[in-house]
Amino acid sequence: MPAAADAIAALKASWPGVTDRATLDHPAVNVPPADLLPVLGALKAAGFDMLTDVAGVDWAVGASPRFTVVYHLLSTAAHEYVRVAADCADVALPELPSAAALWPGADWHEREAFDMYGIRFTGHPDLRRILMWDGYPYFPLRKDFPLAGIETELPDAEVTAETKVGAIAAPMMGGPFVASAGEINLTDAEPRAKDESWTEKRPKPGA
Amino acid sequence: MAVEHVFPDSAAKNAQGEFETEKMSLSMGPSHPSTHGVLRLQLELDGEVVTKADPVIGYLHRGDEKIAENMTYNQFVPYTDRLDYLAPLANNMAYALAVEKLAKLEVPARCQAIRVITAEMARISAHLLGLGAFGIDVGAWTVFLYSFTEREKLYKLFEELTGARFTTSYARIGGVARDVPAGWNQKVVEFCDQFLPILEEILALLTRNKIFTDRTAGVGVISKEDAIAYGLTGPNLRASGVPLDLRKDKPYSGYEKYDFDVAVGRNGDGYDRYLVRGEEMRQSCRIIKQAIAQFPEGKWYAEDAKRIIAPPKDKVLTSMEELIQNFMIVTEGPQMPAGEVYFEAENPKGALGFYIVSKGGGVPWRLKIRAPSFCNLSILPKVCVGAMVSDVVSILGSLDFVMGECDR
Repeated sequence: MPAAADAIAALKASWPGVTDRATLDHPAVNVPPADLLPVLGALKAAGFDMLTDVAGVDWAVGASPRFTVVYHLLSTAAHEYVRVAADCADVALPELPSAAALWPGADWHEREAFDMYGIRFTGHPDLRRILMWDGYPYFPLRKDFPLAGIETELPDAEVTAETKVGAIAAPMMGGPFVASAGEINLTDAEPRAKDESWTEKRPKPGA
Repeated sequence: MAVEHVFPDSAAKNAQGEFETEKMSLSMGPSHPSTHGVLRLQLELDGEVVTKADPVIGYLHRGDEKIAENMTYNQFVPYTDRLDYLAPLANNMAYALAVEKLAKLEVPARCQAIRVITAEMARISAHLLGLGAFGIDVGAWTVFLYSFTEREKLYKLFEELTGARFTTSYARIGGVARDVPAGWNQKVVEFCDQFLPILEEILALLTRNKIFTDRTAGVGVISKEDAIAYGLTGPNLRASGVPLDLRKDKPYSGYEKYDFDVAVGRNGDGYDRYLVRGEEMRQSCRIIKQAIAQFPEGKWYAEDAKRIIAPPKDKVLTSMEELIQNFMIVTEGPQMPAGEVYFEAENPKGALGFYIVSKGGGVPWRLKIRAPSFCNLSILPKVCVGAMVSDVVSILGSLDFVMGECDR
């Protein structure tokens, strides 16, 4: 039996809360948050010594559980992956124990999941934003955050006061091919756009 | 007349602790020639020695993962160019392979061979830039001039194949954009033949260069255990003595058919990382030559992929079925099964992973990009402590990262 299947069988024997997770490729398990650290520790001891990825997932607004964190472990000796998924119990204040004590590399991955989804990792040595700036008020990868972004103030108040410019929403607001987020007519904003302001009821301009 | 500044009692005063010393904080970057893009290091210094290093990243964050959730699988291919923009061909391939895993698509042998050739060419081009920039960082300008000349030749070949020098967007889900042009393979072989002696010349500029070895050997040492614990991959991991190479250990795209060696270092310092990259370029040439020698006939896309990649333009304009199919692919995207896949490819910088959560349909529900540069940089707070400020420059050069990929 391959190393990954062995390890998962051992996990399920020790922790009854561990269940199989539907997967298209690597063996995968669902783990209750309380068992997460012991399970990851056991997998590490079983040879899955490299934490390659930690990914937050938002399963849609109103879904329960809404947030899941998915860990991918790689065995550097057996060259097999294992996927471990843990659901955050609380939707409003998602929380999971931090794996940073097991793998120092988890530090940045968890900071990213916190930055993008607002998932708090208890016991993390230094949980702050990593890609967005400190003090940024939103969690951009949540499904209720619009693709175009939300206008916010820049981190440096002095710069904002001087330039009167904040972080503006992207011009993709409303659809991928709309040239401006505002109320500007597409034809005015984008001269190359096809003029379709005339219809059967309105005559073609200049005709 | 020269003025002599003599402070006869300073040493005595220092010994008695009469001089106050305090730590200095230095912000290095985000626009600093050695930070290769927009990395910022918040350093805390005790004289010349770094006591704390806090990397500040995110200056190039474009929200690629958010964008991916809002467009079809096909539309995301050009965005993968902009991850590790020094090896777009390899990124395209890794992304295509991840989605093909989800769609359970097998591409023909010819397509696999084309992808291997282009990915290895991308590796050479990425390592050449890494090497040139590393050389500049530690004061060896000449290497950069040589390596860029070679890189230019590669770019000419990329342009001939893909139509673009830099952002190639060449791979498609289930194939590649077009077959190799007539005579292109021969040009690649000719490139490899003339490149190998030049590579030796380039490496000879550094390998026994006293200044280079002084500035890299023993600098930025990463132990085997640390390298694994921090999730380092690629040349940085192998330089620390871990022989993990996904091309060998989890072969994809037909890498198992080719004979090549995995370069492994021993000390995990900057010098070993340089040596590993040098050797990888030789091995890449070996792979390319083998792939071209046994270049298979056949299609450059999978027959099944017709439900994913847009049909040829002349067919769209003349045939009803292809027109409808084109319309469906453009408006709704290629229909994928629901489920989760995770795929990692051995890119020049390390293992580039894509974790795709699909709920079915033409748009990924979640697409997580596991960026090798992100993981490789996460070790900086550990490896920079105790180094001199000038060593930080050497460490950054030896880690060879790309911020486009780190920040996504």
